[in-house]
Amino acid sequence: MTAHNHHWRKAKNGLMQSLTCVCAVLVILPLLLVFFQLVARGASSLNWAFFTQLPKPAGEAGGGMANAIAGTFVLMLLASTLGVPVGVLGGVFLSEYSHRHLNWWIRFGADVINGVPSITWGMVVYALMVLPMKGFSLLAGAVVLGLMMIPLIMRTTEEVLQLVPTGYREAALALGIAQWRVISQIVLRTALKGIITGVMLALARVGGETAPLLFTAFGNAYWTHRLTEPVAALPLQIFNYAISPYDDWHRQAWAGALVLILLVSSINVCVRVLTRDRFAKRGS
Amino acid sequence: MSNPNQGKSDVSPWGDRAFKGLTLMMALSVFVLIVLIGYELAHGSAKAMRLFGWHFLTSSDWDPVNEKFGAVPFIFGTLASSLIGLMIAVPLSIATAVYLTELAPLWIRQPLTIFIELLAAVPSVILGLWGIYVMVPWLRVHLFPFLQHTLGFLPFFQGPIYGPSVLAGGIIVAIMILPIITSVSREILRSVPGLQREAAYALGATRWEVTRIAVLSYAKKGLFGAVILGLGRALGETMAVTMVIGNSPQIAKSLFAPGYTLASVVANEFSEATTDTYLSALFEVGLVLLGVTVLVNALAQLLLKTFAGPGVKPQS
Repeated sequence: MTAHNHHWRKAKNGLMQSLTCVCAVLVILPLLLVFFQLVARGASSLNWAFFTQLPKPAGEAGGGMANAIAGTFVLMLLASTLGVPVGVLGGVFLSEYSHRHLNWWIRFGADVINGVPSITWGMVVYALMVLPMKGFSLLAGAVVLGLMMIPLIMRTTEEVLQLVPTGYREAALALGIAQWRVISQIVLRTALKGIITGVMLALARVGGETAPLLFTAFGNAYWTHRLTEPVAALPLQIFNYAISPYDDWHRQAWAGALVLILLVSSINVCVRVLTRDRFAKRGS
Repeated sequence: MSNPNQGKSDVSPWGDRAFKGLTLMMALSVFVLIVLIGYELAHGSAKAMRLFGWHFLTSSDWDPVNEKFGAVPFIFGTLASSLIGLMIAVPLSIATAVYLTELAPLWIRQPLTIFIELLAAVPSVILGLWGIYVMVPWLRVHLFPFLQHTLGFLPFFQGPIYGPSVLAGGIIVAIMILPIITSVSREILRSVPGLQREAAYALGATRWEVTRIAVLSYAKKGLFGAVILGLGRALGETMAVTMVIGNSPQIAKSLFAPGYTLASVVANEFSEATTDTYLSALFEVGLVLLGVTVLVNALAQLLLKTFAGPGVKPQS
């Protein structure tokens, strides 16, 4: 009886172990399938023209996504000038000055707006900037991505500042250095690598966003010269080409998607490798 | 030493006050953003609210030509695709989190975690592209006929098969929310105290029994929080769903029929809205979406924060 029971329990243990393993394989299966298709369908269309030429008019073969690739980088750069200072300084407040209740609410607020759908951000910036300025613009696209970066960077900055040993702060304060200089010259400098990691992850996240750019940056078949002109972006271009009826555009959409995913996941992998010891420490 | 006031600027309180004030302002920008989002959407939808009132939430007419607007088909499509997404994603991702923290051999945990983080980083539009050209054709030829053949007695699996459909939208949603539910559940399970497990092992429990008795029942509330967080993401998921759900404002019993969601109607029609009323109606759709996602997210955050304090930080 007990022997039978024991066998049954061991069998059940093995069964659950393999069942959850199958689930884990199913979870990463889509990733593998998507990567495989991107390489199979996109790689052959990656050539010199793809990176250097403007899109050709509908129906004409050839052309490239040079302006969309450049547009994505410019948008990410401009978005950081808004998202990084606000996010980092907000994170400094959360970590270095403790007002228990206020900080709880700020954290809660940041986590909640992190979950606001990206399309809603697009509508807000449309009402805020596109309507008054009477046109889609690079500036509006940068602002929407910058706003989305704020809560992300705020939370990661807070987290890495918490990892700076309290002893550093106490030692510096004991020397009579003002607190703001302790924070800006010692705490922030110690945590710099972690903060950069957080910024990179936020960039990778907003760099792949399409929905908020649909009615802010809008897209452009040509080069953008002013902040007030619409601008092309890689995710927008992929979307427009994917839903178009032209085979050649589908081919380019796959190539664009391959470039975008290589960009986004190489940022992610670099960051994970660079900060492996930090995460390992946290996990212990 | 001759001038005792030399170092004064260093200890003067003004630098500290200014710096603290500056960081406080930046931190408070979170609340400014919340107010801004709510205000802009409410302001934009004022006209539609005045014209349609509560009728907007009960009418299923979406007829831009005759300026009749009701959001029911979109609410239906959003709920249907999100629920299908949850039904597929929740068991898979919680099982994966259990495998990662409790049952898997140690060497496999790190690489598997990296794969899941990479899946989380796949942009929505890329998943949508894959959805249109790879997943939907496969569903149309293989999975949907199979479902119709085996489960066709249920009304959900009857009717013509087009490909782009509520079910395809639900499957894409599931893929989008798998990584977030998995990684938050994993953090929750990792925060279960080791003593819980050791106590169960001491009683002679097998690995799975330890997981079931000592870990899962302890972490129930947190895991529920992870699921609700996934629901919040599912409701607001835009691009990938827009690309595979078929974009037709109808309410059909069959899951093979095309549908439309709150987020995708905004994505598709916002820049083509020709009249003020049309635009305002779309703003109100956005407001409904915002209201629902903020409520769901707030609930998820409360569950997660009360489960284990601020230590458990949901991955974004």
